Amino acid sequence: MRKKVLAAIMAAAMVALTACAAAAPAPAPAAEPAATEEAAPAEEEAAPAEEEAAPAEDAGGLIKVGFAQVGHESDWRTASTKSCQDVFSTENGYDLSFVDCDNDEAAQKEAVRSFIEQGVDYIIIDPIIATGWDTVLTECEDAGIPVIVIDRTIDDSDKYVSWVGSDFLTEGKAAAEWLKAYAAAQGITEINALIIQGTIGSSAQIGRTDGFQEVADREGWTVLDKQTGDFTEAGGQEVMESFCKSYAGKFNVVVCENDNEAFGAMTAMDNAGVTYGPGNDVILISYDACTAGLEDVKAGKITADFECNPLAAPTVEGVLQTLQSGGTPEKQILVPDNWYALKDQIVDFSVDGNAQSMIEVTDDVIAAQY
Amino acid sequence: MKAWNKIKSWPLLLPIIALILVMTVNIIHDAATGVNPMSFFAISLRETTTNGTILYGRIIDIINRGSEVAILAIGMTLVVSASAGTDISVGSVMSLCASFMCMNLAGYGVSSTTTLAKPLVVGLLAAVLMGVVCGAFNGTLVAHLSIQPMVATLILYSAARAIGLLLCNDLIVYVRNPSFAFIGAFLGPIPTPIFITAFCIIIVSIVLKKTALGMYIQSVGINAKASRIAGLNSKLLIFLAYTLCGAFAAIAGIVASSRITSADSNNIGLYLEMDAILSVALGGNSLGGGKFNLAGSIIGAYTIQAITTTLYALGVSSIQAPVYKAIIVIIIVVIEAPPFKAYIRKFAASRAAAKGVKA
Repeated sequence: MRKKVLAAIMAAAMVALTACAAAAPAPAPAAEPAATEEAAPAEEEAAPAEEEAAPAEDAGGLIKVGFAQVGHESDWRTASTKSCQDVFSTENGYDLSFVDCDNDEAAQKEAVRSFIEQGVDYIIIDPIIATGWDTVLTECEDAGIPVIVIDRTIDDSDKYVSWVGSDFLTEGKAAAEWLKAYAAAQGITEINALIIQGTIGSSAQIGRTDGFQEVADREGWTVLDKQTGDFTEAGGQEVMESFCKSYAGKFNVVVCENDNEAFGAMTAMDNAGVTYGPGNDVILISYDACTAGLEDVKAGKITADFECNPLAAPTVEGVLQTLQSGGTPEKQILVPDNWYALKDQIVDFSVDGNAQSMIEVTDDVIAAQY
Repeated sequence: MKAWNKIKSWPLLLPIIALILVMTVNIIHDAATGVNPMSFFAISLRETTTNGTILYGRIIDIINRGSEVAILAIGMTLVVSASAGTDISVGSVMSLCASFMCMNLAGYGVSSTTTLAKPLVVGLLAAVLMGVVCGAFNGTLVAHLSIQPMVATLILYSAARAIGLLLCNDLIVYVRNPSFAFIGAFLGPIPTPIFITAFCIIIVSIVLKKTALGMYIQSVGINAKASRIAGLNSKLLIFLAYTLCGAFAAIAGIVASSRITSADSNNIGLYLEMDAILSVALGGNSLGGGKFNLAGSIIGAYTIQAITTTLYALGVSSIQAPVYKAIIVIIIVVIEAPPFKAYIRKFAASRAAAKGVKA
C-alpha cells in the first residue's frame, strides 16, 4: 500500500513539474516576446470587431502587420524577433501581431490564416519549410494582403512581394575572397584548407560551402577535407580532433561554418598543440559573428568572422514604405551582412566585383552585437 | 579442439570480432595509402597549448569519445535485462541533467559566464539528482503501473529536452570555467572522461559480482512472476534498474556538457539512446531481457565510437555512419539469430557425419 501511495505521489510530482515547466515561459526574462505571444490569441478573438472598425483605424494611421516567426531556437532567432518588435512598434506607427510558431509548420500556416481573418495590412513570414505554401499565399492574394518572406525561402510559390534575407553564397565567397587578399598581404602562397561544415542540406551549409569552394577552385587552393560538425560545438571539437591527426602539419586554414563549431575546433587545436588566429600557424575563419564569436576575434583567436545578419526588420520596413507609397519593391532584397576582423587583418577585397568593407572588432562593436 | 570450443562459446567473442573488424578497415586503408599500417593505433605524447603533455592518438580518441555511450550502456544493460524493454529517454535525460547543472552553475537566465554561481559540487549533485528523479519516474511507470517500457520512457524522451530548454531560458548556457571544463578535459595525460567511465564500470562490476543484485535482475528479467514467488521484490528491482539508468544518463550528461563547457539542450545526447541500445545488442545481449553481459555492452559502445572515428580517419562523411552501423548490426543479428545458429549446427553435424562415413 505504501508503495502505491509513493507511486501516486511520484506520478503527481512529475505531472506537476511538467505543468510548472509548461507555465514557465510567461515569467521568463524575455518579457517582450512572451507578452506578445500571450496577447496574440486575445487579438485573434477580438479580430471580428476590429475588422469592422478597420477602415476607420487605417485612417487613424497604424499599419497592421502580422509576423509568423519560426520559433526561438537560437540567439540568432531571438535577435531576429526582437528586431521586428523594435521596428514595428506602436511608436513607429505599426500594430504588430506576433506569433511564435515553435517550429510547427502547420501552426505557421494557421497563424497566416488568422492574420487574414484579422484583416492585417501586411503579412511577414519566416517560413519553417520551403514548400506547401501555394494555397495559403493564394488566400492572402485573394484577400489583397501583400506577403513579405524573410530569412528562409519559399520554393513552390511566387505569390509574395519580396524576399528579404542573407545570401549564404555571398558569405561563403566573401570569406574566400578575404582569405585570398589576406594571404597575399601576408605572403602566404599555398592554401591548404579544412572545412567543418554545418548540418548537411541546410541552406547555410550549402551556400557557405559552395561559395568558398567556388573561389577555392578558381584560385587552385587545396581543400584537404570537408566534414560536418552539425553546427554544434561538440561536432566541431570531434571533427577537428580527427583533422589534427589526419592532416598533421599539412593545413594552414580552418573554415568553420558557424561560431559554435569554431569554439569546438579551438579546443581540439589547443589539445593538439596547433596554434591559430592572427600571426599563428592556422588561419581560423568562422561565420555568424555572434557576440561570443566576436569576443574570440577580439582575443586574437578567430582570424575573421563573417556575419549572417539577423536584423532583417529595418529592410522589411523599407519594403513596406515602398508599398505604402504605391511603389513596387524588388523581388529579392539582401540584408547587408558585415565582415569582422581585428585591425591588422582588415584587407580590401571584392565579391563579384563589389568592393567590401570590413568592421574592426572593438568592445563597442561587441556590445552592440546581438 | 577443446580450447576452440571454449572460445566459440565465449560470450564476448562476437562483440570483440565486430570491434576488430572495424579496426581492420583502418589497417587496410593505411596500408593501401602507403602509410604505416599501424598508424591508426599509434599513441604518442603531445605538447598541448592548454593542458600540458597528453596522450595523443586515435585509440585514445575512441576510448575518450566513447565514454558517454559506454556510461549509458551500463544503465541500459540493467534496464534491458530487468524489464525486457529499453529506456529511450536517456538521451533527453542527459540533456535535461546538463541543462539543470549549467542553470545551477551559471544562475537562471545567465547565458554566458566564466565564474560559477554555486560550487561545482552543487551543480554535479543537482545533475545526478535530476537523473535519479527522471529514472525513478520511468521506473515507477514501468514497475508499479506496468506501462510498457517503450511507452513509459517515451514521455521523458519527448519532454525532458524541452524542460531543459525552459530551464536554460531557450539559450545555450556557456559555463567557461576551468574547474568545470576539467571533467571533459584531462587528468594528467589521460582524458578525464576515461577515468569517469572506468570508475562507473568498476563500481557496477563490483556490486554485481559481490552482491546477488546481478542475479536478481537477471532472474526478474527471465520471469518476473516466478522471481516474485521465489521471494524477490520484482517491482523494486525493475524500479532500481531504471533509477540507476537515469543516474548514469546524468553522469553521461555531465561529461558531454563539460566537454563543450556549455549546456546545448538541443544537441546534447541527441540520438544517443539509440547508440546505447545498439551497444547492448552488439554486446550479444538479448533485448528480450534476462541474462546479460556488461562487458559485451561496453565493447559494443566502443565499437560504435570506433565506426565514427574510422569514418573521420577515412575522410568519409560522418552522416553516412548509420549505414555502416546498420551493416554491422545486420551481421551480428543474423549470426545470433536462432534459425541461423541451428543451420550452422546442422551444417557442422552433416560435415562431421560425412567425415565419419569417409573414415
